[in-house]
Amino acid sequence: MSDPNEQLPENSGSGSTKAISRRKFFKKASIAGATVAATTAMASTPVDGDAFTDAVQEFFQGHYQKMTKEEVADAIARLERKTKRKYGVDIQINNDPPLEGVLFGYALNISKCKGYRKCVTACMEENNTSRALQIQYIRVLEMDKGSMNIEESNHYYDSETVPQEGKMYLPIQCHHCENPPCVRACPTKATWKEDDGIVVIDYNWCIGCHYCVVACPYWARRFNWEDPDLPPEKINPVTHYLGNRPRERGVMEKCTFCVQRTRKGKLPACLEACPTGARVFGNLLDPNSEIRYILENKTVFRLKEELNTNPKFWYYTD
Amino acid sequence: MKVVRFFLQSALEIFRGGRVYWTWVAMLGFLALVGLYCYVYQFQVGALHSTDLGEEVPWGIYIANFAFMVGIAAAAVMLVIPAYIFHQESIKEVVIMGEVIAATACIMCILFILASLGRPDRLWHILPFIGRLNFPSSMLAWDVVVINTYLILNLIIPTYMLYTKFEGREPNPKIYFPLVLLSIFFAISIHTVTAFLFSSNVSRPFWHSSILGPRFLASAFSSGPAFMILILQVIDRQTKLKVSAKVIESLALITAVALQISLFLLGAEFFTDFYSQTQHASSIQYLFFGLEGHNHLVPWIWTAVALNVTAVFILSVHKLRNNKLFLNIACLLLIVGIWIEKGMGLVIPGFIPSPLGDIVEYSPSIYEIGVCVGIWAIGGLIFTFLAKMTVPIEIGAFRKERLSEKDPHWGKRTTDRVINVAD
Ligand code: SF4
Ligand code: SF4
Repeated sequence: MSDPNEQLPENSGSGSTKAISRRKFFKKASIAGATVAATTAMASTPVDGDAFTDAVQEFFQGHYQKMTKEEVADAIARLERKTKRKYGVDIQINNDPPLEGVLFGYALNISKCKGYRKCVTACMEENNTSRALQIQYIRVLEMDKGSMNIEESNHYYDSETVPQEGKMYLPIQCHHCENPPCVRACPTKATWKEDDGIVVIDYNWCIGCHYCVVACPYWARRFNWEDPDLPPEKINPVTHYLGNRPRERGVMEKCTFCVQRTRKGKLPACLEACPTGARVFGNLLDPNSEIRYILENKTVFRLKEELNTNPKFWYYTD
Repeated sequence: MKVVRFFLQSALEIFRGGRVYWTWVAMLGFLALVGLYCYVYQFQVGALHSTDLGEEVPWGIYIANFAFMVGIAAAAVMLVIPAYIFHQESIKEVVIMGEVIAATACIMCILFILASLGRPDRLWHILPFIGRLNFPSSMLAWDVVVINTYLILNLIIPTYMLYTKFEGREPNPKIYFPLVLLSIFFAISIHTVTAFLFSSNVSRPFWHSSILGPRFLASAFSSGPAFMILILQVIDRQTKLKVSAKVIESLALITAVALQISLFLLGAEFFTDFYSQTQHASSIQYLFFGLEGHNHLVPWIWTAVALNVTAVFILSVHKLRNNKLFLNIACLLLIVGIWIEKGMGLVIPGFIPSPLGDIVEYSPSIYEIGVCVGIWAIGGLIFTFLAKMTVPIEIGAFRKERLSEKDPHWGKRTTDRVINVAD
């Protein structure tokens, strides 16, 4: 399980039959994963604080936006203890607020993207997603040149053999819509848009109703159908409350523009991993930013623009 | 105190019954336990192993049943309107049964939603005031509000009516009439809101259609009354509460007209999607004819069409409709037909193909079916108990003046006094 990509099944046949065999594959893989998780749980060292009290307090924990500073601090301490208990790993959960005068935007050069999927792997490692379930925030669509029909695309191709003759590649992830249908749909306000434009989820408030998945036109949301399988040695300990902290079963998750990195002035993990330099990230409110240059000088487009979701994710060509 | 005694006495009624009654209760209880077992299993191993749901099709047979049950709940208005607004005496006698069916259906809806939640332990997050309801933005939040309100109304109105009957008084229209009006409004709302829950999603072209609301109502007003026709006949046979032929007749007529409209609307949708053959038609294409060799749902939907067409034929011919046997057959066909069409035929194809064009098929797993059977059994139990409590009061066998504490038979009355559901 060293490389998350290892688990991607081989590609053969059409994209759709693919998806089915892939699902069966996950079922098997995640049983193996659960066993690993159980063994590591037993091996972990005891931590301060009573697990039962923590569980009770967690049950009554309020919504992130409604908690006081102290309550958030308590919740974070509890979650850090929980991770220690479960994985035997010390993590830090910060809760940096949005930066003043920042609105994040992303642009992707499709003439440079060659479908290597390095962004997918890096994202999984950065964001502590479940390996057995292969929770991938980014899907790279492979499609025939001369068509921009994402419904005819295939995102289960074989990464080893790219780029293919006559194909183009279009990575898709959460578009951080300015007018997000997922946020409108959520019955409990468990997901919302922050002031810097990042659409986040409070994993401790989500009830797992799937309504946001139904609403998202970009298929950007991922659900923990199983207890996440996260090898302890693979855990990224630098986390954010609304970002990559370890999740639980039964909750939704998605790309957060790497909130744990970008609010500290760093770039998203997918951008750093991209071998072709196809990705550009920055502050839309800063007229001197590279992303503003691209929006003003390149041929840009957005997916499903007619739906008026107003994505903060643009594609462009040279 | 009086009220407490009323409730206590009514509740005791549940425990009095003959062999048929207890066999029925035991059977439902067993099925409910099977359902519970399946649910506990789902909770333990996670929905990935126990259900056939997944990333591409996150809603399955639970939500399908939910969409169907909402219709059954809404259909109670077909008794409420003639009984309370037009004062049709024959219907007044059975309107409480309609309300009991509605309340039961609401509870089943809530259970189906519960079964599909990833974190049922956090249910309190969705409660108004206690949690953080995203109202009025989320259609699901609307559904929570209207279904719960409708449930409460359908518990309060019959309780009030029965209580006054028990006390030997006439119900006060000033109290019940506004509530009845409200319940009519909410009956329409629960169905419209549930249709909007689907049709509000721009991401799913199959549902994103403005006639989805009317389609839901039409199918509800055929399947609901059909359901009631069957249940009222059972009540008529098994209890001393008599259901007049007029009630069944008028329900049958409603069923017939509503089913005709429902099929017409389905045809309209079919035409719009198929005439121009755009890509938005791929879900309906998948549903009726299969897509790229995937055709799980094709036999389902054609079965539904065949059942509904047969039912509409029987119901539209007066001779056949007025024949009990044919009417019952038509009702059965129609209930199954609408269940498929509103459930599997509406919820599942909305997800196929996915917004990225993947075709992943879904068919319920054995555990999902187990949970559904369990919830239906729980519904059956709730209805049986509620009916058991209401019938004796309804027919006037169970009155305050007949229940004095000095009466030596008080609390252990025998069958000449108490009417058993299955005596
Ligand atoms: S892409 Fe989907 S998940 Fe992301 S903000 Fe838009 S609707 Fe929500
Ligand atoms: S799954 Fe969670 S985030 Fe999505 S709509 Fe439901 S409660 Fe909200």
